[in-house]
Amino acid sequence: MSSTFVGARVRAVRAVADEVRQVELVPDDGARAYPPGSHLDLALEIDGLPVVRSYSVVGAAPEDGAYRIAVKLLPDSRGGSRRVHGLAAGDRLELRHPTSHFELDPRRPGYLLVAGGIGITPLVGMAEVLTRQQHRTGAPVRLAYAGRRRAAMPFVDHLRGLLGDAVVTAAGEDGERLDLAAEISGLHPDGEVYVCGPPRLTDAVRACWAAQGRPARRLRTETFGTAGRHPTEAFDVEVRDHGLTVHVPRDRTLLAALHDAGVEMVWDCLRGECGLCTVGVLGDAPVIDHRDVFLDAAEQEDSTRLCACVSRAVGGRLTIDTGFRP
Amino acid sequence: MTATPSPLRAAPETFARREWPRAAWYAAAYDVEVGAHLLPRTVAGASLVLFRTPSGEARALENACWHRLLPLSEGKLLGDEVMCGYHGLRYDADGRCTFMPSQKTVNPSARVRSYPVVERHRFVWVWTGDPADADPATIPDLHWNDDPAWAGDGRLIHVDCNYKLIVDNLMDLTHETFVHGGSIGHRSVAESPFEVTHGKGTVTVTRWMIDVEAPPFWARQLEWRGAPAGNVDRWQIIHFTPPGTIAIDVGVAPTGTGAPEGDRSQGVNGFVLNTMTPESPTSTHYFWAFARNYALGDQRITTLLRDGVSGVFAEDEEVLAAQQRAIDAHPDKEFYNLNIDGGAMWARRMIDLMLAAEDDSYAEAGAQAERDIAEHHRADPGDGAQREVARARAEAERARSGS
Repeated sequence: MSSTFVGARVRAVRAVADEVRQVELVPDDGARAYPPGSHLDLALEIDGLPVVRSYSVVGAAPEDGAYRIAVKLLPDSRGGSRRVHGLAAGDRLELRHPTSHFELDPRRPGYLLVAGGIGITPLVGMAEVLTRQQHRTGAPVRLAYAGRRRAAMPFVDHLRGLLGDAVVTAAGEDGERLDLAAEISGLHPDGEVYVCGPPRLTDAVRACWAAQGRPARRLRTETFGTAGRHPTEAFDVEVRDHGLTVHVPRDRTLLAALHDAGVEMVWDCLRGECGLCTVGVLGDAPVIDHRDVFLDAAEQEDSTRLCACVSRAVGGRLTIDTGFRP
Repeated sequence: MTATPSPLRAAPETFARREWPRAAWYAAAYDVEVGAHLLPRTVAGASLVLFRTPSGEARALENACWHRLLPLSEGKLLGDEVMCGYHGLRYDADGRCTFMPSQKTVNPSARVRSYPVVERHRFVWVWTGDPADADPATIPDLHWNDDPAWAGDGRLIHVDCNYKLIVDNLMDLTHETFVHGGSIGHRSVAESPFEVTHGKGTVTVTRWMIDVEAPPFWARQLEWRGAPAGNVDRWQIIHFTPPGTIAIDVGVAPTGTGAPEGDRSQGVNGFVLNTMTPESPTSTHYFWAFARNYALGDQRITTLLRDGVSGVFAEDEEVLAAQQRAIDAHPDKEFYNLNIDGGAMWARRMIDLMLAAEDDSYAEAGAQAERDIAEHHRADPGDGAQREVARARAEAERARSGS
């Protein structure tokens, strides 16, 4: 499933919107075809430590032998966006060829793509594929694209070129909002919505989707678990069964901090999907920013567990149980 | 393997290329094989599970559970959902997971690949390439198999050989004389001239045998139809569509009744329909049918003809499997080609063109990258640019000469 890393060369870097840079990466063993919605993993070094970061691939296919990623400089990031923004043509790094956790079903009778900010990246390739097959399928495609500032929203012209009037944009600073309820009610009953953006947007789409009685499995989301409902901050965690207190800095996950402190854990997806790294929450917990999709809304509300790979404490000390019973 | 040898050496390349195109429709099953049960089948190297939803639609999913890879065909079909027989994960007909045990949510990544499926001309066709390119208009034409003006039936046989060996076999019927002497073979087949023509993605081999004795298979059919005994004009017109579909227009008419000129009304006409689906490099699902255009309501004739052709093809199966074993036993040996292989070589060329079209998207990308780099650095020449261009050239050279 996860192939090994291969060497790659940065062919070009250019700004595609305010604070968004597109990087072209040419892998040494050649770019391969990938399904729309794919991401690739980059091996980066941040503060001297090797880390892996996933980025959605822009476009339906490699362009002239290069994968394209578009990365927004995020003050809250774990350092990946800063590192990628520091790349220049000719730099070398390692990547894993694209794979998809956000696959497009090409046979639905209608599509709604919903993007928030840099979440537009996986949807560009989807829009390209869907418009390419449209002459045959006739399936309508709409794109609802929200961002804070218009100048910080990449690919708008390209998407308008593909979809014309079927693109609606909303810039928060101009007081614009997406009319999600109207967009969803206009979608074919067996159509699908593909959402990529911050949790607030995903939550809003999910709520409208459920309110209109549509089946949950026809709502598709991309989850990297990197964005929360609260700003990212450092916190301390008491690991009661190990008799330890561990500091979790802003740029480390709870799971990484526990691992660094020698706490044995198991994990797999690192995106808040599989639930293997969940830990129990003890005592009076602070606010927990659940960034996973493993726990359902009620379980997140209860907050008796959290996914250590993505979720964080906000404004207080957390006490957890990792299930260690020596 | 050399990607671009000199044009004069192009023909033998067919024996060194990748086995089969991905961007193609392959017959995965006969319509009657697919029902409310799980049918495992490997198509062009992909392990699939086939089934029908309660509304009657045929579906094809990757035959391995997302979780621990148990073949889904070992599980259960529950309405339009497939349940894994190990931990009960369920997938909808599109391959999306709808249930995971012991948790309230379903991991949104959980899915098995779903293959585009179209049912046409009594076959369940599966597209193994990029689903966005699955255009049903490119499904090979085998309409005789369910056209009301024709009657017939066929079978699926599993042959232990590469699918191209069956293409070779059907594109040149000279072998009838030597392999099928008791049914359709006759020395006239090996003696009569033939013509090979090709179009865009088609190859046609035409052979007429004038004023010849009718072999037993055809003599019987003339008798059923009530035609007079005696010599016949016999035709075999072979139509190939890559990668593995061959429809053969065959028949006989009493000599002198005008069949070569276009009036086949006094004769009997059939279509031998064949579509070969590679399973592995050395095994093939071979779907065939025989359709006739007379005595349409006579089920007895349908059965006799199907059984008759089955007997003929059993003789081919033996030859083809032995041929594959010999190929495997002599890895250092190559094929030689005779004049009679013209149709087969054109068919292989059409397959090669499909494969090349798949490869070219990458080769072209590499060449474009080289042009871009040169372009990019022209404005700002320097040692770095020179090195970059030299490296790109070396890379492209490697790509051209490497495998």
